[in-house]
Amino acid sequence: MTATTPTVAAQRDAARPRASTLVIAVALARRYAMGLVRIPATLAPTILMPMFFVLAFGGSFHGLTNMPGFPTDNILNWMAPFAALQGCAFAGFGAALYVARDIETGFQDRLLAAPTPPGAVMLGPVLYAAARALLPLAIVVPISMLGGARLQGGPLGLLTLTIAAVGVAVLASLWGLGVVYRLKSQSAGALVQIVITVSMFLSIGQVPLALMRGWLHAVARVNPVTPVLELARQGFLGPVTMQDTLPGLLVLVAAGAGLGLFAWRGYRRLIP
Amino acid sequence: MTTAVAVRGRSQGDAVAQTMVLARRSLLSTWRQPQTWIPAIVFPLLLAAVNSSAMSRAIHLPGFPEVDSFLQFLLPASLVQGVMFGGLFGGAALALDVESGFFERLVASPVHRSTIVIGRVAGATVLGGIQALVFVLVFLAFGSPIAGGVAAVLGLVLIGMVLALAIGAFAAGLGLRTGSQEAVQGMFPLAFILLFVSSAFFPTSQMSGAYRAIAENNPITWMIDGARELVITGFSFADLGVALAVAGAMSALSLRFALRQLDRRLAASA
Repeated sequence: MTATTPTVAAQRDAARPRASTLVIAVALARRYAMGLVRIPATLAPTILMPMFFVLAFGGSFHGLTNMPGFPTDNILNWMAPFAALQGCAFAGFGAALYVARDIETGFQDRLLAAPTPPGAVMLGPVLYAAARALLPLAIVVPISMLGGARLQGGPLGLLTLTIAAVGVAVLASLWGLGVVYRLKSQSAGALVQIVITVSMFLSIGQVPLALMRGWLHAVARVNPVTPVLELARQGFLGPVTMQDTLPGLLVLVAAGAGLGLFAWRGYRRLIP
Repeated sequence: MTTAVAVRGRSQGDAVAQTMVLARRSLLSTWRQPQTWIPAIVFPLLLAAVNSSAMSRAIHLPGFPEVDSFLQFLLPASLVQGVMFGGLFGGAALALDVESGFFERLVASPVHRSTIVIGRVAGATVLGGIQALVFVLVFLAFGSPIAGGVAAVLGLVLIGMVLALAIGAFAAGLGLRTGSQEAVQGMFPLAFILLFVSSAFFPTSQMSGAYRAIAENNPITWMIDGARELVITGFSFADLGVALAVAGAMSALSLRFALRQLDRRLAASA
């Protein structure tokens, strides 16, 4: 009897339909989202930071529009997509930080020990980051519109902004997960955040390439964030064009593959 | 009771000596944890490098203060930014003392109660002066002249010290109130907001509407503008006085807050 019981249990487990990768990933993403709702301390920065970004950049650098060659006369047309993308990058960072906490508390070990498809545990926080990216977008766009920004590209402009925003959140989460899986600590957050912030600022975030000088021009020209910002921003500066869309999409796909591999390899290291 | 009498009976000299010892401890512990002070120097310098390259042409805008370069315009802002962040993390160390139990051990020892705060804040003040000097030297090395010469440099270091005292005391008070490092570090965005809604990164003359009105009435603007005059125009006691008055007023309020929180915590643990 004692010898057959585990076999029966194993057979019953094997016969039970296993939840698909996507179902488990969505369940995990929901768990992270619930954490966001239940801990107001984490919700406040998610809402306030993008609001602050758009108001601070728009307010402080209003005078930049008077520079010859600046592509818009309303600074919010320029800064709103940058602020939205920064908020989305923080969404990705937040997802990675949740996972770091799960690793520290041992919850991640329980997930790894559970009979879940391996990809689901990594996909969960990425889905959460993608969903959370909609929050800064929902804050920045209306505030910018109230401040006089215009989506000249219409619905297509909003679509390209959304693609870029969700893409940046996913990339940031993959980068963060890759680091967190390796360092297994919330203190890894500093490294994740520094790389995200620096790569955002060393781009055309604040001014167009034509107005930059020196080393920053050389760096911003090759920084992959630059085409993603062009993808996000084009709808605020004029009609949506393939010329401004394709490079950004290619960067999102290529960086997604590269960072996805980086995160996946880190995740595999967690598995004993 | 005996301890209380003994503490009250100690001389002023003892308090000074205790403050010096605690300030030394504060400085040493900060020095041994570079992760607490390196970002406060590197991040503002990085932001200055990016902004000076991105906005170098903005100095030709009508109404922009007459400066040699955007880097020269940014020097006071970077200094204030670095000192604010450094002071915040320095003051947060008192929260760590609460978390680790060191605060309770200090309270159990016969030290003047106020030296617990003042010693910690004195360490942050010295660190603020060192930070200010580092910023000035780095900016000078990158070709940002200081019109006010040595007197202006000394003035900037003094502003840095008084501002570090203000921020350090505020952070220490918050640390005493919450007993949580995380809560103190949560004030980081507030410091960032205060700085952004000021003349730190762009002159208020180039702003518009309500944002401009808020920035013009932000005391941080008055302090930065005073410090900036020392850098771009020349040394004047009036400009130095304005900057020091703002930093001094902030220090007085913050110290009062910190000492109150100390009394509150002592009363709660009695």
